[in-house]
Amino acid sequence: MTILFGVPLSVLLGQLLLGLINGAFYALLSLGLAIIFGLLRIINFAHGALYMLGAFVTLLSLQYLGVNYWFALFLAPLTVGLVGMAIEKYLLRRITGEDHLYGLLLTFGLALIIEGLFVKVFGVSGSSYPMPDALKGGFNLGFMFLPKYRAWVIVSALIVCFVTWYMIERTRLGSYLRAGTENPKLMQAFGINVPLLVTLTYGYGAALAAFAGVLAAPIYPVSPGMGANLLIVVFAVVVIGGMGSIMGAIVTGLLMGLIEGLTKVFYPEAANTVIFLVMVLVLLVRPAGLFGKET
Amino acid sequence: MSEAIKTQVQQQRVRVERERRIAASRRNKIFFAVFIAIALVAPFGIYPVFLMKLLCFALFACAFNLLLGYAGLLSFGHAAFLATGGYITGFVLTEYSGLGTELGILAGTAASAALGLGFGLLAIRRQGIYFAMITLALAQLVFFMFMQSSFTGGENGLQGVPRGYLFGFIDLKDNLNMYYFVLAVFLIGFLIIQRTIHSPYGQVLKAIRENEQRAISLGYNVDAHKLLAFVLSAALTGLAGATKTVVFQLASLTDAHWHMSGEVILMTLLGGVGTVLGPFVGASIVVTLQTYLSSGPMGEWVHVILGVIFVLCVLMFRAGIVGWFSKLIQKNFK
Amino acid sequence: MKGLRKAISLIVAAGLLSSTAQAAISDDEIRIGYLADMSGTYRDLSGPGGLEALKMAVEDFGGQVNGKKIVIFNADDLNKPDVGANTVRQWIDEKNVDVITGLVATSVVMAVNKIVEQENKLALISGSASSSLTNEHCSPNHMHWVYDTYALSNGTARAVLEEGGKDWFILAADYAFGHSLEADITKVVETGGGKVVGKVRHPFPSNDFSSYILQAQGSGAEVVALANAGADMVNALQTASQFGLTQSGQKLAGMVVFLNDVHSMGLDVTQGLMLTTGWYWDMNDETREWANRYHKRVGRMPSMTHAGVYSSTIHYLNAVKETDSDDSQVVRAKMIETPINDMFAKNGKLREDGRMVHDMYLAQVKTPAESKSEWDLYKILRTIPADQAYRPLAESQCKLIKN
Repeated sequence: MTILFGVPLSVLLGQLLLGLINGAFYALLSLGLAIIFGLLRIINFAHGALYMLGAFVTLLSLQYLGVNYWFALFLAPLTVGLVGMAIEKYLLRRITGEDHLYGLLLTFGLALIIEGLFVKVFGVSGSSYPMPDALKGGFNLGFMFLPKYRAWVIVSALIVCFVTWYMIERTRLGSYLRAGTENPKLMQAFGINVPLLVTLTYGYGAALAAFAGVLAAPIYPVSPGMGANLLIVVFAVVVIGGMGSIMGAIVTGLLMGLIEGLTKVFYPEAANTVIFLVMVLVLLVRPAGLFGKET
Repeated sequence: MSEAIKTQVQQQRVRVERERRIAASRRNKIFFAVFIAIALVAPFGIYPVFLMKLLCFALFACAFNLLLGYAGLLSFGHAAFLATGGYITGFVLTEYSGLGTELGILAGTAASAALGLGFGLLAIRRQGIYFAMITLALAQLVFFMFMQSSFTGGENGLQGVPRGYLFGFIDLKDNLNMYYFVLAVFLIGFLIIQRTIHSPYGQVLKAIRENEQRAISLGYNVDAHKLLAFVLSAALTGLAGATKTVVFQLASLTDAHWHMSGEVILMTLLGGVGTVLGPFVGASIVVTLQTYLSSGPMGEWVHVILGVIFVLCVLMFRAGIVGWFSKLIQKNFK
Repeated sequence: MKGLRKAISLIVAAGLLSSTAQAAISDDEIRIGYLADMSGTYRDLSGPGGLEALKMAVEDFGGQVNGKKIVIFNADDLNKPDVGANTVRQWIDEKNVDVITGLVATSVVMAVNKIVEQENKLALISGSASSSLTNEHCSPNHMHWVYDTYALSNGTARAVLEEGGKDWFILAADYAFGHSLEADITKVVETGGGKVVGKVRHPFPSNDFSSYILQAQGSGAEVVALANAGADMVNALQTASQFGLTQSGQKLAGMVVFLNDVHSMGLDVTQGLMLTTGWYWDMNDETREWANRYHKRVGRMPSMTHAGVYSSTIHYLNAVKETDSDDSQVVRAKMIETPINDMFAKNGKLREDGRMVHDMYLAQVKTPAESKSEWDLYKILRTIPADQAYRPLAESQCKLIKN
């Protein structure tokens, strides 16, 4: 048995794989944030609440409408995406052009309201969502038992991340989006409906958060507070990656998952805090983040 | 237009401006006098411990406002200073029980200032959201350290901090004595902030906030000015934390949690960023809401209500309550 | 004014303590303050349900003691020691509240206890777990009613050891509560001939437990003990189920498991879990009768904490009635003198260190097949007698016990 740093290699491999899976999850969550900030310059503190909404839509649609997991994968992002669009149109629109501070505070307030309402109605204890049958059980990889569902998480998260990146960086729609946020007046002069694009973008970011929520429902307790603790970690990921960069968010998410995974083996008490240490170190050396551009 | 008339108009404008400033300063002096009068008699009608909590948080908000409103820097990690002031003071007063309370508080304030220097040196060069995020990350590291340390009591908090004797002979266990001491601390902190704002240094700070590039080109050491503001803000926050710990005889991780950093932003925003009375008003409202909402049927709605206030403030009352009030007064009582 | 009133009540109290004449109830009212987490992580443990239990106790008692009205105050401590301590301080200073009940998060309880001891009032603790409350942190002013970490780990760990689990892996929450549970479990395992082959402390709170479950699986231990509570415990259990921990032969032991946890997790995840409880609603006719009344008011079945709030309040009110006093030490002496045999506790006795010792119960979570209704969740395996369940006085570090 090969030992590396006092830990058997097989154990380390298992932990790294788990770290990678968590990283894919972080990447998915940070992606929505990165899009909203990178393109709309809005610091979306409601992201955790939107993630929670996604998980709850999944749970409630099963309980009350009999909607199964596979439908929920589309239903939840759609629903929360619509909610996101409403938030942008009726609330965030009013403060475009103001200091970033206000977007942050507004979304922070929204998060408080949404989470508080859910606590009032559903209580604080999490509810459990049944694992979809097709994904029960797991693969015996030799060095560990990997639940099928976790494999699904990393695969689906990476696919969504890649598709999103491609859409934004490589398609015409993406280029309209990028141009529209850099110079809205010019784009409007070309006949592009910039406000609609902005609303759709925020909605898409919200949908991404909700998708992460659906992925989370079978493996984490679905509770109103589930997004609150994740939020600052996800923000840290986006900042380390570079606040405007889509690729930065994805890569950093994966990287952070790995680093966190290793921390859980060697110094588990610090697992929640290591990401902030990384953030301080990165920002000292590369002030705009790993992939960011200095504005 | 002829030169003579132009100069006349200009002189008129300067005169009007000066009169407005004098009127504002007279208004402020009246407010201040009224405030002192109320503050002196308040503990006989309202529960003094509640008032002390209010004053501590008001000082916290004022210190934060100095950084945000006057230096233009949004820090997301001020909870670290509140907690440092609280824990160090709590530790010193518990370990050295013969020490006068004021020395314990000074220790906490000094520690907080030192931490502020450390944070500032690391964060000052960054702008906007990156500055905020570095302060958040540093505060999280501080939170972790406090959580892991044994002297803080971890999740249980540092309990049983003695109120002690002020200057060796005033018994602070008496709520009334404690109250006047806290009031004095608040006034000292408040006056320090006022003197700083109205000093030449304060003017430079204002210039930096309004147009940093121009200030640099005029030869001002912008980083040093910002750093000083940061350290001052950290020190006064530490003072608030230290005093609060003595009032409640307890320092806990709540003070270091990032929610606390968020709360002070709410208080400042609600009251009015960059105004003199704003932080005090904002802190009073938030503390009162939290205290009176949590006991009673509305207890479960506290977070929702705070969230609604946040949202309304941002959408409609961006100048805060004081700002909105000032505009009202200016419009109607010229 | 206030200072004068305090002086007078102090003189009166002194007079009460020294006189043998009939004592009196101050302010002509008995004032009970209910302090708990009403909106956060521990809401379902005590929360609004506990307040209902308190109201039931007061109503069942008739709403008055010896002609003096019973008044209830309640507040949300938001799980913050400063909020809780401040509320209690204000209650005592402004409203002369006599007794505080509810009391869940240990950090809040410890802060409140300091004030209650300073002001010589009483606190009846139903929610908090830490056994230190009647050990090194004991006082003549607070009582620990329902359970503690010692009783839980003793009961569960010992039972699992006897079933043949010799090698243990401990997954603990990284804060005082988790550490003390970890220490209690280690002691029980080692004195029982077992061995702790591995342990890991996870941050409190944690979001993802896959890494720790993997470590537990890799350790090869026969038993994996969860030294955490609430959302962390629920999360760990669910993750263990996903990773097939029990399928490969390892046993899971949950130290601090409440009925609402099992209910929210569902039997699929929790079936077979061994746990120790201070009370269960479906044990006998008395418990069922009370539980059904509670269920009608709250919509959920009560957990041991809710039953404890009811029981401790009734016991307190009885003592007040007997002594016709609300002086804390007079009432406390009466409470210690009187045994507790009600729907909550059998063979219950309040000890000098403030610990209410009573029979505990070793339970196992039913399988989905065994469960006949929504709240039919436990089967009681056996009773752990009161004198075996709790830390014996001989081992106590409490300042009130001469050891």
